[in-house]
Amino acid sequence: MSTTVLDTYIARIEEACGEEKDYIIFFRHDKKEEAIAKILEKAIVQKAVAKIIFDLTYKETQIHLYATGKAIFKKVKDKNQLNQILTELFS
Amino acid sequence: MFDPYKIREDFPILKRKINNHPLIYFDNAATSQKPKQVIEAIKEYYEQHNANVHRAVHTLSLEATELYEEAHEETAKFIGAESIEEIIFTRGTTEAINTVAYSWGLRNLKKGDEVLVTLMEHHSNIVPWEILSKIKGFKVRYIDINEDGTLNRQALEKAITPKAKMVCITHVSNVTGVINDVRYAAKLAHENNALILVDGAQSVPHLPINVKELGCDFLAFSGHKMLGPTGIGILYGRREILEEMEPFHGGGEMIREVSYNPKTKSCKVTWNDLPWKFEAGTPNICGGVGLMAAIKYLKNLGMENVQTHECALTEYAIKRLQECRKVKVYGPKDVKIKCGIVPFNIEDFDSHDLALILDTYGIMIRSGFHCAQPLHQKLGIKSSARASFYIYNTQEEIDRLVEVLKEIEQSL
Repeated sequence: MSTTVLDTYIARIEEACGEEKDYIIFFRHDKKEEAIAKILEKAIVQKAVAKIIFDLTYKETQIHLYATGKAIFKKVKDKNQLNQILTELFS
Repeated sequence: MFDPYKIREDFPILKRKINNHPLIYFDNAATSQKPKQVIEAIKEYYEQHNANVHRAVHTLSLEATELYEEAHEETAKFIGAESIEEIIFTRGTTEAINTVAYSWGLRNLKKGDEVLVTLMEHHSNIVPWEILSKIKGFKVRYIDINEDGTLNRQALEKAITPKAKMVCITHVSNVTGVINDVRYAAKLAHENNALILVDGAQSVPHLPINVKELGCDFLAFSGHKMLGPTGIGILYGRREILEEMEPFHGGGEMIREVSYNPKTKSCKVTWNDLPWKFEAGTPNICGGVGLMAAIKYLKNLGMENVQTHECALTEYAIKRLQECRKVKVYGPKDVKIKCGIVPFNIEDFDSHDLALILDTYGIMIRSGFHCAQPLHQKLGIKSSARASFYIYNTQEEIDRLVEVLKEIEQSL
């Protein structure tokens, strides 16, 4: 099985339960700094709070990025759209 | 004397640091941590006694069988059941409820009947009945709740008609911590010839429980929420009802005889005695051993003391959380009618964000619907953050939670 760019950076994706369709992304522990740096390169920082959380936008998607190596992608239509966004961010 | 600081010494995981902060574990409604006594019991079982139970003659099997049956006995005593015949081990609360749905419901429910389910139930006490209703044609009727998350007694009284055959009610809500008056619900159910199934997943680990005093016909709960291992749950059933019920799972262990008749070319199957007729296949023996150690630990603390400690923590948490300008605490605030669970949110803030920020500080809480979406819909909440307490939690940990929440508020 070939390794994709997503396999390189992502350990796990959870669909958050709640009224809105959010996805929680867990980055691979040994790649989390690199993953965060890559996202920060392409997404626009709206707000940063005490280096813990970055409120970002990438195209139409709102992203909350955490220094602990986790992120919430807000109101994403489905997993296909999520994969497309993540692939663009990590490529 | 009940001393949470002394208790903490028994829990190796509480010494951990998460994200460079001391671990504060407030996700006990999802699962509890395990004391070294439980961990040691599991280790000892696998190192010294491991074998399959029942119907073997060798020494190890006898030891394993005795331990497994003793686990049933300890569980029976813990909840005031008459004997081990009323105690069926399952994989968890969910499987215990499914056992009632399929063993009892499949044969006793029909079109025109109603199963009453409260709107504050966990999905595991909703979904099995919804699935079965599509097969059998009965109606699942939902009992309304009040705006504060408590059960609407009038709605319950009105719903219990001769059509109602089963009342499904949680003892303690896994979202608000509301304690339902199960005794009253049981009385109403029995006056109308209905049975009552109580979801005890959030009550048995936290309150003194006696099934005879509650008057319930079935009580389902999980080992892992009460210091035991995952994969072991309990279904208490009144003996006379269990005797009438047919098994849900078929296989080894649960049969007395499977005799082949060459003339008819068919097998005649007879069931084993209670409780084994409901425990098909090799059971979770080690899970039972771990559960027994957990029960002994809790009994040693005294369940009244456990309840008092958690009530004090809940009261303290509600009081302190209300100091935060933007924090909203959901559900009733009176600890006389709730225990151990505090749902909340920061205004205009997503519960998952809140949980992720708290995780940064080593504080573990749960966020989302907590498998109780109808309750959230009824209360008009998108999702909630939930802090839930247990025997090893302290006021200092709540102080730290409030301190961090205030920091978050300031940064918004």
